[in-house]
Amino acid sequence: MASNPKIIVIGGGLAGLSAVIKIAEMGGEVDLFSIVPVKRSHSVCAQGGINAAKNLKGEGDSTWKHFDDSIYGGDFLANQPPVKAMCDAAPGIIDLLDRMGVPFNRTPEGLLDFRRFGGTLYNRTAFAGATTGQQLLYALDEQVRRYEAEGKVKKFEHWEFLSAVLDGNRVCRGICAMDLRSMEVRTFPADAIIICTGGIGAIFGKSTNSVVCTGSAQSALYQQGCYYANGEFIQVHPTSIPGEDKLRLMSESARGEGGRVWVPKAPGDKRDPKSIPQSERWYFLEEWYPKYGNLVPRDVATRAIFKVVYEHNLGIDGKPMVYLDLTHIDRKILDRKLEGILEIYEKFVGDDPRDTPMKIFPGMHYTMGGLWVDFNQATNIPGIYSAGECEYQYHGANRLGANSLVSCIFGGFVAGPAAVQYACNVAAAPSNGHFDAQRKHEEENNGMLMRSLGDENPFKLWRELGELMTKNCTVIRYNKPLQETDGKLVELLERFRRINLSDRSQWANTTVVFARQLYNMLQLSRVIAQGAAMRDESRGAHYKPDFPDRDDKNWLKTTKAYFAPDADEPKFEFEPVDISLIPPRARKY
Amino acid sequence: MAKSVIIKIKRQADPKASSHWEEFELPYKPGMNVISCLMDIAADPVTRDGKKTTPITYDSNCLEEVCGSCAMLINGRARMACSALVDQLEQPIKLEPFSKFPVVRDLATDRSVIFENLKAVKAWVPIDGTYDLGSGPRMTAEEQEAAYPLSRCISCCCCMEVCPQFNQDTGFVGAATISQVRLFNTHPTGAALKRERLAALMGDGGIQECGYAQNCVEICPKDIPLTKSISEVGGAVMKQAIGDLFRK
Ligand SMILES: Cc1cc2nc3c(=O)[nH]c(=O)nc-3n(C[C@H](O)[C@H](O)[C@H](O)COP(=O)(O)OP(=O)(O)OC[C@H]3O[C@@H](n4cnc5c(N)ncnc54)[C@H](O)[C@@H]3O)c2cc1C
Ligand code: SF4
Ligand code: SF4
Ligand code: FES
Repeated sequence: MASNPKIIVIGGGLAGLSAVIKIAEMGGEVDLFSIVPVKRSHSVCAQGGINAAKNLKGEGDSTWKHFDDSIYGGDFLANQPPVKAMCDAAPGIIDLLDRMGVPFNRTPEGLLDFRRFGGTLYNRTAFAGATTGQQLLYALDEQVRRYEAEGKVKKFEHWEFLSAVLDGNRVCRGICAMDLRSMEVRTFPADAIIICTGGIGAIFGKSTNSVVCTGSAQSALYQQGCYYANGEFIQVHPTSIPGEDKLRLMSESARGEGGRVWVPKAPGDKRDPKSIPQSERWYFLEEWYPKYGNLVPRDVATRAIFKVVYEHNLGIDGKPMVYLDLTHIDRKILDRKLEGILEIYEKFVGDDPRDTPMKIFPGMHYTMGGLWVDFNQATNIPGIYSAGECEYQYHGANRLGANSLVSCIFGGFVAGPAAVQYACNVAAAPSNGHFDAQRKHEEENNGMLMRSLGDENPFKLWRELGELMTKNCTVIRYNKPLQETDGKLVELLERFRRINLSDRSQWANTTVVFARQLYNMLQLSRVIAQGAAMRDESRGAHYKPDFPDRDDKNWLKTTKAYFAPDADEPKFEFEPVDISLIPPRARKY
Repeated sequence: MAKSVIIKIKRQADPKASSHWEEFELPYKPGMNVISCLMDIAADPVTRDGKKTTPITYDSNCLEEVCGSCAMLINGRARMACSALVDQLEQPIKLEPFSKFPVVRDLATDRSVIFENLKAVKAWVPIDGTYDLGSGPRMTAEEQEAAYPLSRCISCCCCMEVCPQFNQDTGFVGAATISQVRLFNTHPTGAALKRERLAALMGDGGIQECGYAQNCVEICPKDIPLTKSISEVGGAVMKQAIGDLFRK
């Protein structure tokens, strides 16, 4: 092996940039690939904050308590040693980010300030204004730019990863990627690659995720032989703002300040909400949960809203929406306590929530599942590592708020050095022929899409996929619809073969790019639907009314899906969970 | 008749092609914004007069006005498409790519110059390494409150698009980069590179090109206090330039 290991990192969100920094610091050379300029990655969307038990508030918090909260919150599905390692490292990560210049909020004494988030009793969440993810991403982006200026990092922005290049022994030797402007397909050699491609929101049509969070890269690797673990665990946030283009997050604090959730009692009632008398409104959360009312836990609120909309058919105007009403609260109080979040609603909806009830609906938010990795962030294919939301390691069956940002950075910090270590020891490839073969294969895929003269529009197929997955594979799951979903996914894959691209040009053609992503989304959707159908229990975000309890005897195990190319469908294996540190106990908040 | 939305889009097939206009009529839906219109066109790419066409190429990612991708001219004004609500726009809605950046295709432009500029002024905090070195420098809440707004710049380049001084001839770095110099020069550790940053802003294309027209501060979607940054950094550059003169 050459003295300078060459690593390819795919994705420049928090996870990817963290890996890049470690590799550059160790003297490795990095090629960094990203669909969008890395500074525009999805990580900028995170608002709330990042967890670390710094115990700066004299509460007796500790990294062990952070660890325990994370395992308990994840309903004991996560392997425990890596989660412990993350919680132990978190305070040092905050210090490092602080040194990099992240403008974290301060206490009067000039120390870092912390606030409370869901799933814990401690003030453990550091934050930078209302845009923590943006601030963290910028700090890492700046350090990577510094290495770029020193020639240690080369960026390939507006390039999309298509597939790994595997040699005859199924060892990864590089990647195949496409320039999203010239549409050129090219291969790049590397000693190891790290996949940091983020979430999969687009599979659900509209979600709180960014546009490029399609999971396409993860799916491509799954189809090449990587295990995909715990795919059925999908987190849905109860209050998002439905939009024509996406779902935007509405903070829980709106209910914390007295917001009331309701729907008109009459189906399809078209009246202005303010003109609907109290007696004709249904405050279903207050009726069903008199003790907690509107402040029931997230998953309970989400399920209740789903029930009202899909079982009682009482969504506003027949659409999947309910009211979150603040109009009974004094304007001055709203301005003082909720101004930031009310501005978001005003800016993107155009209505003033002080005057008009907000329309909200649960929104797909996060995938706990992802590429299977070991404690070194290595996938099962030698030379392929992964970190960030695209892998499954840290959140079990349910992620705690503000734990993702820290898991992304920690995962990147583990994956980078592990990939360098691997690269220093790997033997040379037996031959180079696989590069050409992989490139031709991908060029042929593009060619087939361009030539196909069917009658299906990829954007319309995608809308159908999103509706199907949101309806059957999110909050409340029944086996029959889940099995039907898989059947419909097979149909969609059939229809995909009759695709007709409305753009066949060879320059910055977003239609062919999207069609490729759609195919991968369809394949990965089957992993989610089948995994959910199989798991006959309720655990964390996975809820089946027909199996309402957690079943440790049969289901305290990791789902591992792998692709069977001949059958063109997923197959499943299960793996025991490492519970060596905290014995499982019932999860009751 | 059902309400509809009329959109006129300036299209260009590639960087060298000439541009032309296409007009679209979309069924109106409450809550539409410019991006959702472009998505609707992609699902059914037919012009108003019934001609089949291609989906529009444009940049987008977050759809929350925080990633800086979707900048374009909307009814002549530089702004982010994801926060441009149809209900608040005069129709027909006119969409054009930025005029001062190379067009990639349709509404997508190449704005990588801003990242090059950030490199040139060393817009980073020079830390020793990522190993454990304890906490960062202490900062008062006031210092944090001054730094945070500057750090919210999304690199959208709206401020550069509207700046009368920003063009190929001047090579002017633009307000966003100058404001980042202020951010890093006021950070306790970042200040180590202060002289180099100011030096990078001297001479042609540097801060002297600014004519204080203030277009930048008016257009910035993140309300960044750009003119304040420009006058502070301008003063520091001047002071350093005079100092350098005497040291020669
Ligand atoms: C609205 C919202 C708010 C949130 N708030 C919080 C919070 O307060 N605290 C918290 O801890 N978590 C929060 N999360 C979750 C958290 O933001 C994400 O899980 C995290 O940012 C993911 O980071 P990442 O590095 O894994 O991926 P991303 O930031 O999504 O980056 C993915 C990268 O991969 C690139 N990419 C993708 N596919 C390809 C491909 N095929 N080829 C090349 N490049 C590719 C993209 O261009 C991008 O650079 C929030 C999430 C949302 C949606
Ligand atoms: S003040 Fe005027 S000249 Fe100076 S950067 Fe702003 S717009 Fe340009
Ligand atoms: S300063 Fe404002 S207008 Fe200029 S790039 Fe930054 S956010 Fe955009
Ligand atoms: S899409 Fe991110 S700013 Fe508009």
